[in-house]
Amino acid sequence: MSLFAPMVHYKSNEPAKRVFMFDDQSPIYRQIADRIKTEVLNGTLNGDDQVMSTNRYAVFYRINPATAAKAFQQLVDEGVLYKKRGIGMFVSPDAPEALRTQRRESFFAEVVAPMVAEARVIGIPLTDIVKKINELEEQA
Amino acid sequence: MNIVADGLRVNYGTVRAVDDVTFSLDGGKIYGLLGRNGSGKTSLLSVLAAFRKESGGTVRIGGRPVFENAAVTRDVCLIRDAGETVDIGTAADALDFAEWLRPNWDAEYAGTLMDRFKLKRSANVKAMSKGQRSALGVVVGLAARAPLTMFDESYIGMDAPSRYAFYDALLADYMEHPRTIILSTHLIEEVGSLFEEVLIIKQGRLLLHEQSETLLARGTSVTGPVARVDAFTSGLTVLNTSTLGPTKAAMVYGDLDAASRAGAREAGLELGPIAMQDLFVHLTDPDSDPVLPAPVPAEPAGEVR
Repeated sequence: MSLFAPMVHYKSNEPAKRVFMFDDQSPIYRQIADRIKTEVLNGTLNGDDQVMSTNRYAVFYRINPATAAKAFQQLVDEGVLYKKRGIGMFVSPDAPEALRTQRRESFFAEVVAPMVAEARVIGIPLTDIVKKINELEEQA
Repeated sequence: MNIVADGLRVNYGTVRAVDDVTFSLDGGKIYGLLGRNGSGKTSLLSVLAAFRKESGGTVRIGGRPVFENAAVTRDVCLIRDAGETVDIGTAADALDFAEWLRPNWDAEYAGTLMDRFKLKRSANVKAMSKGQRSALGVVVGLAARAPLTMFDESYIGMDAPSRYAFYDALLADYMEHPRTIILSTHLIEEVGSLFEEVLIIKQGRLLLHEQSETLLARGTSVTGPVARVDAFTSGLTVLNTSTLGPTKAAMVYGDLDAASRAGAREAGLELGPIAMQDLFVHLTDPDSDPVLPAPVPAEPAGEVR
């Protein structure tokens, strides 16, 4: 909960455009980087695919191209993207596997631990959670 | 086109509208110039555009003095809050005048923008609404393609769809024809994401000049139980606080390292960002004099984006 107003209200006035709202928890460049990572993870972007240019991102999100460039630079530093001079940015061939490994490593700390904490606060026994997980596993 | 101001002053009688302002802009970027009403924004822009002579100090654009220097002023375009101010005839006359004045004028692009803002060439400028005059000013300012283009609250009277059309056109044309753009605005929520760097003026003085990301990264809202928030923020620059029963939220301005962020979270405090608009409002509070960290120098321009 924050008593202050949320950070970014991003809206496009053009109805034909998809409207994205940035959340209020992190800088825009990091959110763009996270979205690209998600696209790599879910297979929307594959290894050696070209990523849209910073200018296209700038127009789409109505942001300064330097902000989009900062997202790209972060992804290059992390090895998710690589740069071909004069052509553009591409997805590193090993990025999908590297990102999956990364997410696996942070899964228990970032997903399971907060869930357990929440369960304690509202009084759900851990055995109930395990039971539910087993049910979901059977359905799948 | 770089802009260097050194000890710049503008006096109106005994009033110092611009007081010892020093900055250096690399150029080729979109800059936000923010300040409350009467803070000296318009006076500063007027000097940059050679509409008025500085009372003291110097300003150089592309290394050259500005005032009564035609070689510089034809490269500088300032659109003021009244929009198009050449109201001696029709919109077509205003465009003809701009074409005569501006070496980089793009008549075709001006026509596209006229259509986008639904402006008629035959319309008498004097008879236009505020919003139409502002839109005509925007057309002139963008199609001039001046190496230094400044808009001083040029959206007055424009409705929201027109303002967004302006922002979209500005961004697209800036990327296609990179140049130095300075936007002075109150509508920070709408346009803040376009700024690469921000200058904030308070009572005639330059309060800060930072990259947008640095400014935003330095603002942190700290929310939690009153006593814990007080303990955490003691010794930090607090711009504003508000309380809701047992909960307190404090706006902190400054660099918080990873250790103190982790410490805050362990203490059960919630950390969040602060919108540029809120930072602006509280940084320029006339009753406070916040201690600001040293500015982070901008990365040199030149990387092709």
